[in-house]
Amino acid sequence: MSLLDAKDVAIERGDRSLLRGISLSVEAGELWQLIGPNGVGKSSLIRALAGLARLGVDGDICRSAAALYIGHSSALKRALTPVDNLRCHPACDVTVGDEQIAQALQSVSLAGYESVPVGALSAGQQRRVALARLLLSDARLWFLDEPFTALDAMGCEWLEQQIAEHIQLGGAVLFTSHQQSRFGAQQHNLDLSLYVSA
Amino acid sequence: MSVPDSDSLSLGAAFYRQFLRHGKALISSPADLVNPLLFFFMVITLFPLGLGPDPERLSQMAPGILWVVALLASLMVSGKLFASDFEDGSLEQLCLAPQPLAILALAEVLAHWLGTGFLLSMVSPLFAVLVGLPTQALPVLFMSLLLGSLCLTLIGAVGSALTVSIRRGGVLLSVIIIPLHVPVLLFGSTAVVEAARDGNPVSWLALLAALVLMSLALAPLAIGAALRISLDNG
Amino acid sequence: MWSFIHKLGSPPWFFRFSGNVVKWLLPVTIAVLFVGAFWGLLVAPPDYRQGNSYRIIYIHVPAAVVSLAGYYVMALAGAISLIWRIKMADIAMKAAAPVGAVLTGIALVTGAIWGKPTWGTWWVWDARITSMLILFFLYLGVVALFEAYENKAAAAKACAVLSLVGTVNIPIIYKSVDWWYSLHQPASIKFTGESAIDASMLYPLLLMITAFYGLFALVVMMNMRADLVWHHRQSSWVRQWAGFE
Repeated sequence: MSLLDAKDVAIERGDRSLLRGISLSVEAGELWQLIGPNGVGKSSLIRALAGLARLGVDGDICRSAAALYIGHSSALKRALTPVDNLRCHPACDVTVGDEQIAQALQSVSLAGYESVPVGALSAGQQRRVALARLLLSDARLWFLDEPFTALDAMGCEWLEQQIAEHIQLGGAVLFTSHQQSRFGAQQHNLDLSLYVSA
Repeated sequence: MSVPDSDSLSLGAAFYRQFLRHGKALISSPADLVNPLLFFFMVITLFPLGLGPDPERLSQMAPGILWVVALLASLMVSGKLFASDFEDGSLEQLCLAPQPLAILALAEVLAHWLGTGFLLSMVSPLFAVLVGLPTQALPVLFMSLLLGSLCLTLIGAVGSALTVSIRRGGVLLSVIIIPLHVPVLLFGSTAVVEAARDGNPVSWLALLAALVLMSLALAPLAIGAALRISLDNG
Repeated sequence: MWSFIHKLGSPPWFFRFSGNVVKWLLPVTIAVLFVGAFWGLLVAPPDYRQGNSYRIIYIHVPAAVVSLAGYYVMALAGAISLIWRIKMADIAMKAAAPVGAVLTGIALVTGAIWGKPTWGTWWVWDARITSMLILFFLYLGVVALFEAYENKAAAAKACAVLSLVGTVNIPIIYKSVDWWYSLHQPASIKFTGESAIDASMLYPLLLMITAFYGLFALVVMMNMRADLVWHHRQSSWVRQWAGFE
């Protein structure tokens, strides 16, 4: 059974129609990259598929698994520590213990920053805190909007590894990126420039 | 999956977690807690300066002065309620949470109220002395502000949710919210007036309490709907 | 019934339907307006205390009555837009808000003009006037909120939420202002009850109220039609209507 089913989705922004006629079905274990030039509507589409945008979205979108979305903004409170931010994350669907959080922070190589307010971390470090959520969620469907921005080579490698593990375990990942075909042959591509409305 | 043996989260736990998140963020910036109180203090001192120092006239106007200034203070902080959530992307995540958005938003509003309206009503008797409110009215002032500020915060949260995606939405928030604040102001200040002249403040407090219950039931629905709309605009 | 509601949601159908409605509503409303105004301003007897100055009620009262009803119409359209997501309801709400605000403004201004010769002052904080003023603020809030949103589809939804919140509040505002006023009522100003009005004055008033309802419906509908033409300026039915195709 597919985790995400979209039929004939159309996206408009304000009065202008951006994309139309998009249908896709994402099965467990699949990896999808949305590609297309700037402004084509990659972010709008991934937000619509994740269930964030509703106005200006037409068509049927059916998610049959819990979803996790990480967008451009980190959703972190600057005044709180990484630990507090992860423990009290607004969209977290499970209870996470202190030990899990410590492990997650270690995995994104932020051990030792547990009690530093997020506002005092660098942009790349904040990005890692946001991405540490990938380890603390039950969601099978990941929607990642430009997840590789602001990450260094090591961070990118870590993220690629997480994505690969997630699809191996029966999850599914949709992401956007400027870089063509990050995962080579194992990924599916959805080229949005084919769906731009005239 | 990534987290092998995790329990799914109950609504109560999610509510508490959201409350904690906002509460901790509030406490970590004490200026946000103190500034509304300073505003309250300073604007109240403006009234004797503007109206003249006649103690009798001031004490007659005291209930109105205190209530109007409390309303302005609440209006001022309401705009900030969802602003940081909108900017840092917490709002997106809140909308994706499996729990109802209205309930999670209510947790945030209550945390906000404890840090602003509740504090203000706690210290209000101190400021009431400045404008010569009769002593027997102090408990009623406290009670009316305690109930009233919760109501003002809930209605203000609707306004904040509606205007959070608009740049420079501060004045707009006041324009759309002030007419909705009218009943709260009328019930609250009248209760204090009645207490000051040894009348019957209880029925007015009861009306305020009814307003609180009603806004507790209805405002979260409007806040939830408004937050989703703001997300679509942003 | 359901097919009718369904058709209401279709822009070309509504445009044709409203065109027919406007065609007969316009002359009828103007006729009623003229008869009512003629009757009220010239035929009806002068008031034994206020003389001729009372005749402003033939504008003041209809404007006040319809302005309140207009808010409910707007909120109802908002509810329909939120629940069934019919775009036509968005357009109706957007069209009704400024019309209602203007009517409330007319009621306030004519009230002030009436007040000067009657009570010797332009403004008193009477319960009814105060409620009307707050209704005016509620309307202005909806209009201001709509203007502030960049995404007009989101603006309509936001205004729908605000007008629904306002609708819940209106009875509370009216009641609270009433109680507040009765507590502070100054003895010098007393108002004549409406029930005392004579039939010779009442009939033209009812005519004028009917005319104002018609006027409200007309202006809102024409407003909606203008909006529809602008929105669908590129579609073939508008181009055909305009004679471009």
